Amino acid sequence: MKPLHSSFKITVALLFSSQLSFAAADSSPNYLLYSLIGAGIIALIYAILSLADNMMQIEAKNLGADTSENDYSLFPSFSSLFKPSAGDHVDPKRLVSLNQGHDIKLVGGADVEHTIANTAKHYAIKPTNFRGMAPIPKISAAVGDHVKAGDALMFDKSNPEVIYAAPVSGEVIEIKRGAKRAITEVIIKADSEVTFKENTVPNLESAPREDLVKFLLETGGWAHLNQRPFDVVPSHEVTPKNIFVSTFATGPNAPDLNSIVKGSEAAFQKGLDALGKLTDGQVYLGLDGRKGHTSHPAFTGAKGVVANYFSGKHPAGNVGIQIHHTAPINTGDVVWTLRVEDVIILGRLFMTGAYDTRTRIALTGAEVNNGYVDTFLGASVKELIGPNLKNDHVRVISGDVLSGNPLSADGYLNQKTNQITVLAEGDKHELFGWLLPLKPRPSVSPTFPTYLMSNHKFEVDTNTHGEKRAFVVTGAYEKVLPMDIYPQHLMKAILANDFENMEGLGILELSEEDLALCEFICASKAPLQSILRDGLDTMRDQM
Amino acid sequence: MGLVDFFKKIEPDKKKSPILHTFFDAVYTFALVPDSTTGPKGTQIKDGMDLKRLMVHVVIAMQLCYLFGTYNIGHQHFTAAGQYMGFIEGFHLKLAHGLILMLPIFIVTHVVGLGIEIIFAAKKGHAVEEGFLVSGALIPLIMPPDIPLWILAVAVAFAVILGKEAFGGTGMNIWNIALLARVFVFFAYPTTISGDTVWVSGFDGLAEGTAATYGWAHNLSNTLFGWMGLDGFNAASTVVVDGYTGATPLALAYQGGWEGATAVYSPSQMWWGTIPGSIGESSKPLILLGALFLLVTKIASWRIMLSMLIGGIVGALVLNAWGATPFMEVPWYYQFFMGSFFFAMAFMATDPVTAASTNTGKWWYGFLIGFIGMIIRVINPAYPEGWMLAILFMNTFAPLIDHYVLQSNISKRLKRA
Repeated sequence: MKPLHSSFKITVALLFSSQLSFAAADSSPNYLLYSLIGAGIIALIYAILSLADNMMQIEAKNLGADTSENDYSLFPSFSSLFKPSAGDHVDPKRLVSLNQGHDIKLVGGADVEHTIANTAKHYAIKPTNFRGMAPIPKISAAVGDHVKAGDALMFDKSNPEVIYAAPVSGEVIEIKRGAKRAITEVIIKADSEVTFKENTVPNLESAPREDLVKFLLETGGWAHLNQRPFDVVPSHEVTPKNIFVSTFATGPNAPDLNSIVKGSEAAFQKGLDALGKLTDGQVYLGLDGRKGHTSHPAFTGAKGVVANYFSGKHPAGNVGIQIHHTAPINTGDVVWTLRVEDVIILGRLFMTGAYDTRTRIALTGAEVNNGYVDTFLGASVKELIGPNLKNDHVRVISGDVLSGNPLSADGYLNQKTNQITVLAEGDKHELFGWLLPLKPRPSVSPTFPTYLMSNHKFEVDTNTHGEKRAFVVTGAYEKVLPMDIYPQHLMKAILANDFENMEGLGILELSEEDLALCEFICASKAPLQSILRDGLDTMRDQM
Repeated sequence: MGLVDFFKKIEPDKKKSPILHTFFDAVYTFALVPDSTTGPKGTQIKDGMDLKRLMVHVVIAMQLCYLFGTYNIGHQHFTAAGQYMGFIEGFHLKLAHGLILMLPIFIVTHVVGLGIEIIFAAKKGHAVEEGFLVSGALIPLIMPPDIPLWILAVAVAFAVILGKEAFGGTGMNIWNIALLARVFVFFAYPTTISGDTVWVSGFDGLAEGTAATYGWAHNLSNTLFGWMGLDGFNAASTVVVDGYTGATPLALAYQGGWEGATAVYSPSQMWWGTIPGSIGESSKPLILLGALFLLVTKIASWRIMLSMLIGGIVGALVLNAWGATPFMEVPWYYQFFMGSFFFAMAFMATDPVTAASTNTGKWWYGFLIGFIGMIIRVINPAYPEGWMLAILFMNTFAPLIDHYVLQSNISKRLKRA
């Protein structure tokens, strides 16, 4: 009832005071008086409405019909206006509500119920997937060798303790090289039945940390760890401050991680247990706190972890955003981040000793039959999606449209991806397309009429919709990045090679995927992710 | 697509004639969105918004000011002669007179400005950037209707070359380009942009009995109007009436306060803008509609607009409280009826390149423009209006404001560690 009283009082007070003070000024039309009367009328209507609204709510409460789900008020509540709504399952004390962000809604989401048979026969491991590796790793298998899943395929010369293991068993048929003889792919023709290298599992309860580290290094599990800052395979000599796992994805057509953990609940918990032994700090789990979404019991019921709920639009599901709001990375800190899939692979290692890389990939995008495929890491894209393609002139992306990488027709999936997106290529001219676009396209700008249709799903292509320009717009990135960071100023510091400001403005807290949405919305079409990577690389060289 | 083939056919050689090619490229990308696709790194799809779309929406927001401003040139011209005193009386004559003055200003601004942009873009080997779309649309609106075209050309050249290209082009400039053009005229050719007589066009001075000076374009219009059986321009009968000064409300208020201004113009005239002044800045409701358009489309920063309004109000209230001159005693809300506060707020202060770039900084930036501008307007007799100088002044200090905002972010991060 508060707004009623206060607005009514103000109206009355304003009306009276204006009449008193302007009663004498009759020579010219009194605009202040008119506008005050107008405001008064509006306030009066609002007062009547809010009175009726309050009565309706009281009646609904008495009848027991008014719950937070069916809000009987005519007006949205303040919190629902300014905070993304969180689901009922969420513990408000552990909830982080993020106001900034944007959900890009695209056609071609994968339905959990719809699974597609795995038709991939070739798998590959790609050195380029592991950042920080010297360009020519030492290959420990030769063409023609038969390897088991978990056998070492290569190791990094600069960090030779870490081995990179075969994702499947089979025959090594090719070692592909790219520019400057850098190895791009080690390709395995898979056996029809995958066999695993046998490892002796240390006892999680009693083994010292060094034994666990040694086990992971020897079995290939170490390569599934990711270090922040810089997104590199971590050094085995550094103990991470904390470990973070995000259990939901908010990207465009992101796969449902609940369906990925389904059936691997025990392995997921085992993986978390192992991670708990590897850090002196905490294992933090980011849970889905958005309204209308739930988290799998394997996530909500996970033991030995600190779980926080996050609600908001994309990038709320990004682990970098969650770190920023739980225990931000400071200069000198090292934390690890893992995907749910990687935790499961580690869990399987500790349960059975087998390096079992079975994983679930979502086929998304308008130009492919959508669904989930159960396959192994590094599957051949051609074999995986070949029969499901709808069109020829397409772009196949390993990952989502924001931070994924395009693959060549005979490419192999990236190690850290759980999604393939297939889009139409946008190499078409469009007459006055910048002013009057013929086809709806996703945008955060209200200048597009589709802004009002918040649930419209867009069919997109890869056109840039404009050319690259200098930074002009300000304050736009901040609206889609729920972090206390000034992205544009950080970008300028990177371009100017200003180390002090780069560090001060928070480059160590960022990874490409966190800035991807900023890059998407940029009216100047600036390559923010590339700039950020350049900055991170120079920072890493300095350290 | 036929049009693509046509463009491919007429494309000039890039090496042989770089300037021609740059011009071609500007027209080509204006007509057709290029077929470029996203690269191997970075996002694979892009937002539909680009700078062309952004800038053109600012230009759209100004269109009502253009329509009104053009017509008001004619209206003021005949008001000085005491003819067609009703706003829509003599509609065709007022519109024709307005267009005769407005079109050359618009064309000269764009030919000079875009010409320099194209030459610089060709020299630097990049595409023509869209910044001048907005600057070029703003400049005619903030000039007096009678401005000599050569002065306008020099001013535009000064603003674009020294204000923008010297700093590296669109997105790099420190000062607002349109205001830089105006401030150049203001200091280099003060008689053409200050005083009472410059705001009414078509007379050589506004001494009583001065007859209108019409050129060939007016005669041509007369012929056309004659065929249609309408009244024509008549220089002999269009003479400045007794007691007409052409003074703007601000000039009057400086002398005699609000009473002085209302003795000549009613508040309604000031609000709707049927008063002498720069071409596009007089009609408050139309400017506010443009501002609303920019706010709804989220192109302009509401923070700057709101804080500038607050700054202006606070400044006016402070001056009210001081009350040393009649102008200081003008009630604070009437300050917004006079002058070009709203135009500066909607279109000038919100230029993202020259404004503060952090959200906190924008609050300070807008507030200080409003506050300082009001002080310049009321206290300094040399400058009848304050916003141009206040905005340029705060443009200069915007990087400093941002610096402190960023430093606080940096020290917050350091403290956390």
